[in-house]
Amino acid sequence: MHGNHISCFAKSARWANTSDSQASFDLKKINVILATDCGSTTSKARFFKKLGNEYRFVASGEAPTTVEAPYEDVTLGVRNAVREVEELTGHTLLSDDGIILPSKGNVGTDLYVTTSSAGGGLQMMVTGVIKTMTAESAERAALGAGAIVMDVISVDDGRRTFQKIDRIRHLRPDMILFSGGTDGGTVRHVLGIAELISTAEPKARLGVGYELPIVYAGNKDARQQINKILGKKFALKVVDNIRPVLSQENPEPAREAVHELFMEHVMSHAPGYNKLMKWTSVPIMPTPAGEGKMFRTLAEMRGVNVIGVGLGGATTNVYSVYDGKFVRTVSANLGMSYSICNVLKEAGIQNIMRWLPFEMNEVAVRNRLRNKMIRPTIIPQLIDALVVEHAVAREALRLGFAHHKSLARGLRGIQRQRTVSDLFEQSLEEETYIDMMRINIIAGTGGLLSHAPRRSQTALMLIDAFQPEGVTKLAQDSVFMMPHLGVLSTVHAPAALEIFEKDCLVRIGTCIAPRGPMEGAGSLAAVHLNMPNGGSRSEEITQGELELIPLGEGEFAEAEIAPRSNLDVGAGPGHELKTKIEGGVVGIVLDGRGRPLILPDDLTRRRKDLIKWFRAVDAYPQRALERYEKALK
Amino acid sequence: MKSEIVLQKTRRLPIPGEVLVAKGAKVDFDTVVARTRVPGDVETIRASQILGIETDDVEELGQYMLKKVGDQVIKGEIIARRISFFGLSKAFVESPVEGTIEHVSDITGQVTIREDPVPVEVKAYIPGRIVDVIRNEGVVVETTASFIQGIFGIGGETHGQIRMAVKSPEDSLTANMLDSSDKGKILVGGAMVAGEALKKAVEIGVRGIVSGGVEDKDLRDLLGYEIGVAITGHEESIVTLIITEGFGKMRMSGKTFELLKSCEGMEAALNGATQIRAGVIRPEIIVPRDRTSAGESRDDRAAFSKGMQPGMMVRVIAEPFFGAIGTILSLPVELQDVESESAVRILEVQLEDGRKAVVPRANVEIIEL
Repeated sequence: MHGNHISCFAKSARWANTSDSQASFDLKKINVILATDCGSTTSKARFFKKLGNEYRFVASGEAPTTVEAPYEDVTLGVRNAVREVEELTGHTLLSDDGIILPSKGNVGTDLYVTTSSAGGGLQMMVTGVIKTMTAESAERAALGAGAIVMDVISVDDGRRTFQKIDRIRHLRPDMILFSGGTDGGTVRHVLGIAELISTAEPKARLGVGYELPIVYAGNKDARQQINKILGKKFALKVVDNIRPVLSQENPEPAREAVHELFMEHVMSHAPGYNKLMKWTSVPIMPTPAGEGKMFRTLAEMRGVNVIGVGLGGATTNVYSVYDGKFVRTVSANLGMSYSICNVLKEAGIQNIMRWLPFEMNEVAVRNRLRNKMIRPTIIPQLIDALVVEHAVAREALRLGFAHHKSLARGLRGIQRQRTVSDLFEQSLEEETYIDMMRINIIAGTGGLLSHAPRRSQTALMLIDAFQPEGVTKLAQDSVFMMPHLGVLSTVHAPAALEIFEKDCLVRIGTCIAPRGPMEGAGSLAAVHLNMPNGGSRSEEITQGELELIPLGEGEFAEAEIAPRSNLDVGAGPGHELKTKIEGGVVGIVLDGRGRPLILPDDLTRRRKDLIKWFRAVDAYPQRALERYEKALK
Repeated sequence: MKSEIVLQKTRRLPIPGEVLVAKGAKVDFDTVVARTRVPGDVETIRASQILGIETDDVEELGQYMLKKVGDQVIKGEIIARRISFFGLSKAFVESPVEGTIEHVSDITGQVTIREDPVPVEVKAYIPGRIVDVIRNEGVVVETTASFIQGIFGIGGETHGQIRMAVKSPEDSLTANMLDSSDKGKILVGGAMVAGEALKKAVEIGVRGIVSGGVEDKDLRDLLGYEIGVAITGHEESIVTLIITEGFGKMRMSGKTFELLKSCEGMEAALNGATQIRAGVIRPEIIVPRDRTSAGESRDDRAAFSKGMQPGMMVRVIAEPFFGAIGTILSLPVELQDVESESAVRILEVQLEDGRKAVVPRANVEIIEL
């Protein structure tokens, strides 16, 4: 066991250092690549090959993740997913011992990489002295490492000492990230938190008599005494301060320590994981880390602001790259299979049902979601079941994004020179720095978004949940391979980027949505488009309406968008915006439904509106929409 | 589901303690096999503040303490005293609870008192023989039993005599089918247990209910809250409920119903604890019985690793054929569109009622290998 731990640490360290990993592979000899993701619900195999001079996606296979009894071996699910690839391609990849390496003709692969979110994720508790300063920095660092944050304990969190001790004792986290104090700042309060933890004696989620790991990333002046208070009871790891000075956040050392301990303490406890580690010589990467890597790549390649989302079975991961700043949040228990009923709990049944264009009683909706929860791998065979899932997805995305925005905000506690007008705007400090008008791309991945039968369904789910403003491109992961490409990029970046551009990133289209007061019916903006075929179109964005203008993938149109005097599409209220619009598999979506998007309270009107909007973007089959319409009459 | 299986259960303390039975010992449902004392709750007192010690001088707290770390104190006992200004000013700190002084902090000026430890016992849960002792942690109990795994449950470990409360697996268990003689029993319903029946079962003191399905709404009414993440088993003051098929009205599988029927009158152990995540826990019904044959235990993993095969029996676990049982006819390799337009791998299945159906492979579970 001890040997395994050492190898985990070594692997994690290599994963953190991309160049080291790359050095151990001869990229010229890599012609066949197999990548898998062991998701919480489904294991997904993706098969890539060098065809001529370029790397391309060839086939995919999926099977239920096998952590559940009686299987309790994650590699069985991987085998079943890879077996699907074998059946589809005639290429043999499996032997009794695992994955065949290297390739020879139609047998084996030259590289096998994998990501994983099986094992229940990493569940952490974080602490800091001040809730909105060091504690918030610690929370961001833990989330950035792909963790689920169970609770944030701080001196000023409003709870009494015994309540905090009680909470810490009963949480049973996988790990604690302990921050507090700037370097040279308060020691007394930091040691007070250490005493809280020491008194509570929290136990790790896994195993009896196993030392709970604590990462200390607080005031360096307190290290010696921290070691004295916590060193004997816990597996204490000391790293550089997350907030060395108030004006600076330094999350990397803490994140790296968290990742090391994640590999050692959590993933290695997922059944069969040790076997999987032997199949691949490349460090296994947490799924959110792989996803995040590709969203960052997208933002960096284009030099734009991006919001990305991975809507999974257990969690919703939201990523933002905004003016170069990268923030990742993992919303625990907001997901489409295991966590589907937590979306029900958090959003409320009425918020889910408001997206349904047909009559379905509450009891039936509840039972349907519960049945998905207890058998997470089922997929909707009927169109109504699909629409119900999409309703839940909108709410999971909405809640996930709200969580993200609560952490994507500036550092607090910094003294700034203020003018009198700033004082009136002080409340804005509490809000996110993300201005939807300045988001250039919204992109989605995860099973539900990638496997939506029509791309227009993904487009509408992203628009309804994120409510883009102005001109925003929409994109999605074609068949869910962003985590795979993320881990592949650590050893073969050129192949990962080539596949990302050619086979992974699907350009859905562009959404144009005015921001501002929507009083009165009629036109909100005039849109003049010079189309790529030389023709031109003049359209109106109409209040309460959605309209789709076809513009294919790889096509561009020159647009002049003139909003009503009090509305903004990116150039300021009432100002015309001239810009180039990119098309996609869906096209240009003109959205006049207003921001925030408010659905009518009246049931019949709301259902009529939903049917109208679904029809406008061709989201669902006509026969289904006609059936819903008929039922309304 | 297994009509007979040699079953082992590890019974472990939450923290190290004392194991009370030896290897080879015979145990019953309620035999206590291990016990320990979990540290009591803690109470913190801002002693320096009460004593009027300045923030910069909190390290002086120790000199005012009348009790040391490790001392026992009773509720209301004075544990610290400060007399200043030649006796003109007196301040005292009383213990708010009975317990032990655990910590006197010269950093925060707080005193921590831990209440007396709370005893925790682990019972055998199933009758059988101790086949292994895990030092300071627990034991492994082995028994021969019929074993049924449910799909979802609430409520913790219990045991009681099985009574078939309905005649067929299609029936619903309603409140009028229960009476006071059901106290302490395990009742078997059919396709659904009604909300009123659940409430009455709690009133009567029924220990457990096994049913094909339940309405989510009734479950929420019973618990008084919405279950978010499916981690259950800790619910108190309710009946342990295990559903075998799903939510809504769900005909109990014929084999499960028949097996339970064959166990009527026998004592069964039940645990509703469910956790549908990694390290999955499903609820279980264990009916200990005398060994009659070599059993039918088999390695499902080996079969699963071979994947689905034509001829295997499956149960459909989603609409529109939810609950139907059938035999796999074929497993086309190519992806096919179903009504929702999802391109999925499907299987063709001959259902028991004579219909042939096309179903996504993900929407069936193998019930016979």
